[in-house]
Amino acid sequence: MRVRVNGTEVEVSAGMVVAVAVARAGRLWSRRSVIQEPRGPLCGIGVCYECRVTINGQAHQRGCLVACQEGMEIEADE
Amino acid sequence: MSGTYDVIVVGGGIVGSACAWECARRGLKVLMVEAGIVGGGATAAGMGHLVVMDDSEAQFALTAYSCQLWRELAAELPGSVEHEVCGTLWVAADEWEMGEVERKARYYEERGVAVEVIGGKRLEQLEPNLRAGMAGALRVPGDAVIYPPAATHWMSERAGEAGATVWRGVEVRQILEEGAVELAGGAVVEAFVVVNAAGATAGRLTPGLPVRGRKGHLAITDRYPGFARHQLIELGYLKSAHGEEGDSVAFNIQPRKTGQMLVGSSRQYGAEGGEVEPGILGRMLRRAVAYMPGLRLLNVVRVWTGERAATPDKLPLIGPVPGRSSIWLATGHEGLGITTSLGTARLLGERLVGGDPEIPYKPYDPGRFAWVPVAGQTGAGVGAW
Repeated sequence: MRVRVNGTEVEVSAGMVVAVAVARAGRLWSRRSVIQEPRGPLCGIGVCYECRVTINGQAHQRGCLVACQEGMEIEADE
Repeated sequence: MSGTYDVIVVGGGIVGSACAWECARRGLKVLMVEAGIVGGGATAAGMGHLVVMDDSEAQFALTAYSCQLWRELAAELPGSVEHEVCGTLWVAADEWEMGEVERKARYYEERGVAVEVIGGKRLEQLEPNLRAGMAGALRVPGDAVIYPPAATHWMSERAGEAGATVWRGVEVRQILEEGAVELAGGAVVEAFVVVNAAGATAGRLTPGLPVRGRKGHLAITDRYPGFARHQLIELGYLKSAHGEEGDSVAFNIQPRKTGQMLVGSSRQYGAEGGEVEPGILGRMLRRAVAYMPGLRLLNVVRVWTGERAATPDKLPLIGPVPGRSSIWLATGHEGLGITTSLGTARLLGERLVGGDPEIPYKPYDPGRFAWVPVAGQTGAGVGAW
């Protein structure tokens, strides 16, 4: 299936989480902190909240917990 | 009577800090004593809404006067205070409440406060995340928001620059009859006047005081810039804020400069302890979601409680304890202490030097209540007034 990460199409398999799609788009980080530091997946189990991205317009979703769905629009901070 | 200080202010919340600054500015020798950290009590727990309120003429006078003082101070406030003139929208859910909007608009206009009546369609444009079909709102564009702990810290620094001494982490055990305080360690410090600005705990130092705690909950979300653009309050808020005894909740949301949404509010008398109570927190959040359904999808990152200092008539106590010229009060501000801190300090400062305050002081004078200070006794304040 395909999702889009900041407008770029990425091929993912069923069951993959959004954090994987972000990584497949070639990104090391998902977001920026209040003081603009880059942040990316750390715990991978929904505890650290570092991997947050905007999914289908909804901000602050944890990329490590949400499964990819066809056509999903994912936005990570530049 | 001799004094090491002219004035000792007990309590370094926003009210105490404003009073210490005001007195120091007037050339008085001031000591402020804070048991914890400056601005760390109810000040840190509050929303930081600078709001004109019209529950009574006296409440209107003090809040409007204080908002004017905040406006005069605005240019000096450092960035950390996060001062933002976002305005208030008093949201009317139905036609009956819209009638209240009209009444409120006339009241404010007659007294020189700029307001705007907003229709339902326009409200949808201004605040698209409100539930569709609201009747309208009253916009008070001059109302603003600050971050109270930072404002308080700044005021205490300004007090210091004006010559005040500030003791942090020093507990006052007792206010003595003759105008002195006894510290937890046993030392006694003297002054001509002691100002009890200890908020909801003021009754421990001035037994018999008609003040009791009214607990509130708040929640804050992660950053969702633009989700709300004004401070939004349901018009029914007054019913919650001023209803008599029962626990109550009201929709009240505030956009922070960080993009976070501060969500309130709840009111409880006689709720022991500072713990978060899931029952009333749930009621409060459901109320908020009923007004802004999209809130359901936002992440709340923290919830906390605070203790408002409530008086029987919803007005603060500013002035001398009846029959005690050396013990003054600056407490009882309930949910309006952030706004009214500046007006309180001006009234208190003017009265202390025998001047003529810019607004009538009588409605806030402690002598309006028939209460007798209990001499030589510390411990619990009045449980019921």
